Amino acid sequence: MVGASLAGLSAARSLRKQGYDGRLVVIGDELHRPYDRPPLSKEFLAGTLGEADLALEAQDEDLGAQWLLGTRATGLDRADRAVRLADGREVRVDGLVIATGAAARRLPGSDGLAGVHVLRTLDDARALRDELARGGRLVVIGGGFIGAEVASTAYALGLDVTVVEVAPTPLAGPLGATMGGIVSGLHADHGVRLLCGVGVKGLSGERCVDAVLLEDGRSIPADIVVVGVGARPCVEWLEGSGVELDNGVKCGADGRTALAGVVAVGDCANWYDPRAGAHRRVEHWTGARERPDAAVATLLAGGAVVPGVPRPPYFWSDQYGVRIQFAGHAAGADSVSVEEGAVDDRNVLAVYRRAGDPVAVLGMNQPRLFTRWRKQLAASTS
Amino acid sequence: MKIPACRLADLPRGEAFRLDIDPPVSVFHTDDGELFAIDDTCTHQDASLADGWLEGCEVECPLHASKFDLRTGAVDAPPAKLPVRTHEVVVEDGMIHVRVSTDAPNLPPCVASRLAGGTA
Ligand SMILES: Cc1cc2nc3c(=O)[nH]c(=O)nc-3n(C[C@H](O)[C@H](O)[C@H](O)COP(=O)(O)OP(=O)(O)OC[C@H]3O[C@@H](n4cnc5c(N)ncnc54)[C@H](O)[C@@H]3O)c2cc1C
Ligand code: FES
Repeated sequence: MVGASLAGLSAARSLRKQGYDGRLVVIGDELHRPYDRPPLSKEFLAGTLGEADLALEAQDEDLGAQWLLGTRATGLDRADRAVRLADGREVRVDGLVIATGAAARRLPGSDGLAGVHVLRTLDDARALRDELARGGRLVVIGGGFIGAEVASTAYALGLDVTVVEVAPTPLAGPLGATMGGIVSGLHADHGVRLLCGVGVKGLSGERCVDAVLLEDGRSIPADIVVVGVGARPCVEWLEGSGVELDNGVKCGADGRTALAGVVAVGDCANWYDPRAGAHRRVEHWTGARERPDAAVATLLAGGAVVPGVPRPPYFWSDQYGVRIQFAGHAAGADSVSVEEGAVDDRNVLAVYRRAGDPVAVLGMNQPRLFTRWRKQLAASTS
Repeated sequence: MKIPACRLADLPRGEAFRLDIDPPVSVFHTDDGELFAIDDTCTHQDASLADGWLEGCEVECPLHASKFDLRTGAVDAPPAKLPVRTHEVVVEDGMIHVRVSTDAPNLPPCVASRLAGGTA
């Protein structure tokens, strides 16, 4: 198992559950035991959850695994069937689960400037939390989910917040332009400035950042900057290994890769999605938690199982006290209709359809109806 | 304490009924026709398990997918870490009643502080 976070831990659990009782080695480059990332932009950043609350393992959980933490994998030798480690060691394997996740993209040229943050790891979150506690003006670059959640948390902490988004509408990729506009309307509802359709030229400041420079010539004063411009899959270590790389590890509908005995799961894996008829790299918690079950079944059966159709991708986000939930694929929908609630109340259930068939559903503060639709989506297309 | 919930005829299989007591309790009617009652609030955060995904004898929390066993209240995996309480279900004359457990509930921190009169 390479990658000791949600997907790696879930795969280790699946292996034991499915009866594998052999040697299990989990390699992870962070020093921490597996922890939960979603609270890093929400409750942990707000200070209402502590580090102990983030643990993904139950207190008495023992998977009988050997944990090599603080150890980075640097290569996979297909002839020797061995994982190379940064410290020079090699771990020979019979089966390999790739679960190296993703890393936050940075802004070129922002290194070394104090006050500039990304948010992916516990260490990132600690640093940002300490800085937010001092208050001031925060500029969030990127209006995606993580950017929006940081803005919402910082707003609640009393900071002066501006969000800068290069696209005309934030979240248009995952949610489509109409609903992306509605969800990102939450910023304005709370007096958080949202500047759309303008790129960032750079940052200014000597030692500490003091402003974000926009392509249209404006300069937005800032004490703290959070760069939330997406994540890239951590797969460099697999280059030349024979594992096919294409926007992460290219996988079949059950996580199998181009190499026998090697599967990939979680944020680093670009699974074939039979519903979409295309490969999709899903960067959501629930996929990293559920899909290892199928990948591990494939691994243990030596590839001799017919992959089932996984449930449609699901994610949630919490912003300004509104519970946002989404399942399915918005891309490819030709209509969106509000089935319940009202857009203006930010309390809404919207269904995306293609040629009349539901393909995705979005809920804002509608957990009950949302679950019904999510079940229906799973049933209708499997 | 035995509390009337709803008529059995009004609770189709695959559905849940939420009893608005404090803390709330939900009665689930499984696809196999069994009835179970558990605390309605997820032990992770403030989510109503009656809104969750019922499959077999398990309900999946509508928010972050921890699954609770309706028979024992046990949770399968984090983010929720503590079990929910289970309660006895009694059907009399077509009416579903719940005998509420006297154990202490495992409420999530945000709800527990609200019930204790703190700010949430
Ligand atoms: C701030 C934040 C908020 C989020 N909020 C939500 C949310 O509200 N809802 C939602 O659905 N999803 C959310 N997500 C996404 C969710 O957390 C991810 O989908 C999930 O963590 C993916 O798990 P993973 O195990 O695939 O990858 P990761 O969690 O990225 O873990 C990969 C691990 O592998 C390690 N690693 C990488 N390269 C190597 C190497 N070469 N050798 C050894 N180890 C390596 C990494 O250090 C890391 O520990 C959020 C993510 C973040 C960062
Ligand atoms: S609220 Fe139930 S798992 Fe999070």
